[in-house]
Amino acid sequence: MEKQVILNEKQFELTLQRLCHQLIENHDNFSNTVLIGLQPRGVHVLNRLKTMIEQKLGSTVQCGNLDITFYRDDFRRRERPLIPSVTNIDFIIEGKNVVLIDDVLFTGRTIRSGLDALLAFGRPQKVELLAVVDRRFKRDLPIQGDYIGKAVDTLVSERVAVEWKELEGEDKVILFTPKENG
Amino acid sequence: MDNISVDHLTGIKHLTREDIEIIFKTADSFKQVINRPIKKVPSLRDITIANLFFENSTRTRLSFELAEKRLSADVVNFSAASSSVKKGETLVDTVNNILSMKVDMVVMRHPNPGAAKFLSERIDAAVINAGDGTHEHPTQALLDCYSIREKLGSVEGKKVVIVGDILHSRVALSNIYALQKLGAEVMVCGPTTLIPKYIHELGVHVEHNLLKALNWCDVANMLRIQLERQDIQYFPSLREYSMLYGLNKEILDNLDKEIVVMHPGPINRGVEITSDVADSKQSIILNQVENGVAIRMAVIYLLASKIDRH
Repeated sequence: MEKQVILNEKQFELTLQRLCHQLIENHDNFSNTVLIGLQPRGVHVLNRLKTMIEQKLGSTVQCGNLDITFYRDDFRRRERPLIPSVTNIDFIIEGKNVVLIDDVLFTGRTIRSGLDALLAFGRPQKVELLAVVDRRFKRDLPIQGDYIGKAVDTLVSERVAVEWKELEGEDKVILFTPKENG
Repeated sequence: MDNISVDHLTGIKHLTREDIEIIFKTADSFKQVINRPIKKVPSLRDITIANLFFENSTRTRLSFELAEKRLSADVVNFSAASSSVKKGETLVDTVNNILSMKVDMVVMRHPNPGAAKFLSERIDAAVINAGDGTHEHPTQALLDCYSIREKLGSVEGKKVVIVGDILHSRVALSNIYALQKLGAEVMVCGPTTLIPKYIHELGVHVEHNLLKALNWCDVANMLRIQLERQDIQYFPSLREYSMLYGLNKEILDNLDKEIVVMHPGPINRGVEITSDVADSKQSIILNQVENGVAIRMAVIYLLASKIDRH
């Protein structure tokens, strides 16, 4: 595997700052907006953005984590079973503006499941999508992000990982390319 | 985390401790789901499940049916009373006929011990045992242990006494296996005639005095006297049984510590347990019923993920 850093720590910070500003630009004081992080890795993006937004606004933003395991469309098409994570949304999203948050947007299937799972908590007024990395031109479904950190062109065989200071020791985005045989 | 090690749930005997813990962890998620405004997830929308009940049941059958429907599976129900079984059809024939209608999973209750295992070796669908005679009732034992874990934090190291008709009880046997696998200490208590002769070989304590048993335990699981399975008279009268082995408020309040009271249902109020005990705050009988749906969803979900579609 060859590693290539797409966003280093400094760029990562700038990107998150920009996403945070874009959100504030569109959602004002977040009085009717909730942020929902998709389990497992979208939750880290959410936590970072929540802290930033709350610092800038000086008020709290309603947030929740959503697990989409039971809504996936690849149940029984995988080798290993899908083990669920925790959903904690202790509010109803009826009539709210929802921003779904994930780390990497790839085929769009996770987001489709997320939209499905969201319905169990009410009918939102509007749903938007935020992703730190968009692997564009690789979508299986007609789904697009509203707030994108960085768009990258990748091959299906490649892998993109968003790493976090609190988990992997450093904030960065890495592209893994399998070595060619020969 | 890996999936459970079995393709059918015929009994707790064949499960490992890891299997039980995976089931509990999955059940935690389903318990969240069934407490939401919309209690349904679409996971099993392409699965059909047949509930075959060759013996009467209300709670277990409803619980299984709700679990299946909340996973979005298609459900067909069958009860022996109104079927061709009465016309002399064999079990394998009945089930194979149902399976030719493309059923992926079978939930079966049957009066003969070993019926679920027998079926699982002969048909091409996942089998869940919902009680086979006096043998095992695995989902009940799982939900009992899950309820203890929920109430006391863990099953490990807890002392559990099972009181009553151990001889005819599938709940007792499954509970003994499950509790021991999870590290609990188990005692059975009841009149000599209702305790199987070699049960101590399973590693359980045997006690014939209810008061001693209750003073020893953290949890008391009170079983029903299964009159329908008793071919001979095992004790002089229900009144005498109730005086010696019935749990009432007076006994409960005079114990040195507060114990948890369980009952797999259906309750015979005034026989094995009085109304004020069944409705007291020490009783977790209704929690058991609620957890039953979550546990059954977990078992069905995990087994369904092993069904090969290709």
